[in-house]
Amino acid sequence: MLSIKDLHASINGKEILKGVNLEIKPGEVHAIMGPNGAGKSTLAAVLAGRELFEVTKGEVIFEGKDLLDLAPEDRAREGIFLGFQYPIEIPGVSTVNFMKTAVNEHRKYKGLEPLKASDFLKLMRDKKALVEIDSKLTNRSVNEGFSGGEKKKNEIFQMAMLEPKLAILDETDSGLDIDALRVVANGVNKLKTPENSTIVITHYQRLLDYIVPDVVHVLFDGRIVKTAGKELALELEAKGYDWIKEELVK
Amino acid sequence: MSIDTINNDFLDLFKQGKSLLDDKSSKFMNTKREEAFEQFKKLGVPTLANENYKYTNLVPVFDHPYTVDLQYRTVMGDLNKLFYCDVPELDTNLVLLSNGWYYNQNRKLDIPEGVIVCSLQEAAEKHSEIFEKHYGKYAKPNEEGLVALNTALAKDGIFIYVPKNVVVEKPIQVINLLRSDRDLMATQRNLVVVEENAQVKLIFCDHTLTEHKYLSNTVSEINVAKNAIFDLYTIQNQHLNAAILNSVFIRQEANSNVLSNILSLYGGIIRNNHYTIFDGEHCENNTYGMYLMDRNQHVDNFTFADHAKPNCVSNEHFKGVMGDEATAAFTGKIHVRRDAQKTEAYQRNNNLLLSNDAVINTKPQLVIDADDVKCSHGATVGQMDDDALFYLRARGIHEEEARMMLMFAFAHEIIEKIRIDALKDRIDELVEKRLRGKISKCSTCAIACHQ
Ligand SMILES: Nc1ncnc2c1ncn2[C@@H]1O[C@H](COP(=O)(O)OP(=O)(O)O)[C@@H](O)[C@H]1O
Ligand SMILES: [Mg+2]
Repeated sequence: MLSIKDLHASINGKEILKGVNLEIKPGEVHAIMGPNGAGKSTLAAVLAGRELFEVTKGEVIFEGKDLLDLAPEDRAREGIFLGFQYPIEIPGVSTVNFMKTAVNEHRKYKGLEPLKASDFLKLMRDKKALVEIDSKLTNRSVNEGFSGGEKKKNEIFQMAMLEPKLAILDETDSGLDIDALRVVANGVNKLKTPENSTIVITHYQRLLDYIVPDVVHVLFDGRIVKTAGKELALELEAKGYDWIKEELVK
Repeated sequence: MSIDTINNDFLDLFKQGKSLLDDKSSKFMNTKREEAFEQFKKLGVPTLANENYKYTNLVPVFDHPYTVDLQYRTVMGDLNKLFYCDVPELDTNLVLLSNGWYYNQNRKLDIPEGVIVCSLQEAAEKHSEIFEKHYGKYAKPNEEGLVALNTALAKDGIFIYVPKNVVVEKPIQVINLLRSDRDLMATQRNLVVVEENAQVKLIFCDHTLTEHKYLSNTVSEINVAKNAIFDLYTIQNQHLNAAILNSVFIRQEANSNVLSNILSLYGGIIRNNHYTIFDGEHCENNTYGMYLMDRNQHVDNFTFADHAKPNCVSNEHFKGVMGDEATAAFTGKIHVRRDAQKTEAYQRNNNLLLSNDAVINTKPQLVIDADDVKCSHGATVGQMDDDALFYLRARGIHEEEARMMLMFAFAHEIIEKIRIDALKDRIDELVEKRLRGKISKCSTCAIACHQ
């Protein structure tokens, strides 16, 4: 599904990603862990097409297409979804209008007619129930005045609406209490199919109790320095990241 | 042509046209006219040297051989037929003006008993008591050259009177049709008197029907008495050849509530002077403005909130979306006088720049002579928020559409203050079209009326 080869990216001349390699097959859940500043969000942003970062080297193939050639909106329509670490507030843009536009642009890309108003509302209702998000929130402007947890729920709601092939969830667990964490994880799990894949970026192993990864990677200083099964997450939880640093020095 | 030539031409016009100017105008008006003329002699048309007109050069605006109608010109055809409003939900009392003159065949209005809507000329004669109590009392011909010029040349416009305790449910919509077979300078003078505890909503729109060059110099005086509630919507949507100079003077008495919303959608040159004086306690005033300018369009909003009495709240917010080589200026004056304790005065001006060549000048001017007040002001000039843009695009929304959504969201904050739902929807629609670039030239009025 996704193949990243020797990906380098920089911002203002400062290299952040220093040769990332990653293979993801359909249906797999990959966790990417790593200390603050390692480049996890940068990797996610580069995959989603954030122009702020300059890709200086490497390639990314998604479903046979050269992802780096596509505009962010086309990547989304091809099935990439980025759940933001810090979802932004957009006053004046209603959530309903936002989602309607997004859903219909996805449909147009696939050669489908726009959804009828009633079908759209039904879709909204179903997906809201799935992530237990309140109508009070979806009736507002995008993320405006939402708490941290509500913003994260809203990301999963949008993911549910757009049904991506590859979801990249950037610290979706941070700022969530245990109940919200369970809701969010449940939502992600319910949206899981044997075909679609997920990249879960997280700091804590806590989330991985709910969303069980097939593979765990450690991203450190712009490179993936360790890849193993889900037990790696537990080890990181117990020992922190320092031992990896030491291992690297050796 | 120099400014002196322009001013001298007006002096000649005044002297030569004196008998036509005085004809059919009441004695009271003509006395004010004389006084204003003397003031105009001193002031002249404001130039860049005038601090308040630093950003709008009126010399090229006035430097043109316009025709000036000193008498009512018979309108060819039936304007009522020529013109109708196609927004069925927007149920208003439609009043037509032709080049600033009250149309002599306006339809009968659906207004409560005692409410007067008529031409200024008629009001000066038939309702002289009310007229003379208010006419020339709020506008400042001694300070403003344009007001002096207007008062000197004023012949007609609209007069509205709402008696005590009367609520006019249906908004009054004044459509000024600019329609001429030659380049024209129009002078319009309006007087609105809202008595104690009365309520009325007024919509002003200018509508250019022909492509000739226009200069319109309008002055409106509005008195809002105790406990009255008054809404004023000014919708400016003219063609690029039109210069709109629009001065509004509002006086608020105790406990009155005024909402003014100036929506500048299109036009060559627009200058708004918006004065509010709080002449009683516990008044509330909300003044909003939105301007969408591109090409070489120019808009200059000048506001003055004069807090003369304690315990009033004024809140002002202007927002602009500026593209191409458009220029905009905003000057917000707030004067809190010594006795006006517990005043709250807020002011904001936010601009969204879509091009590097657009220019914004924004300038707050706060003079605060009282000590127990809450005042704030803030101005921003910025580009579109890249993070927001990326967020929308990351959900599959095309860049163009995403930009549209953000621009629209920016403008919507002002539109949503409109207290007439049908008008709000209509303006939403119109602004969206405007932002999408669908109105390349202004053949459509803001209220989408058709010929
Ligand atoms: N917009 C930016 N401008 C400059 N530096 C940035 C920007 N975004 C991220 N960085 C830098 O890139 C590095 C990686 O950041 P990030 O990808 O957010 O790390 P992580 O998500 O792993 O905590 C950090 O050193 C950070 O300071
Ligand atoms: Mg991060």
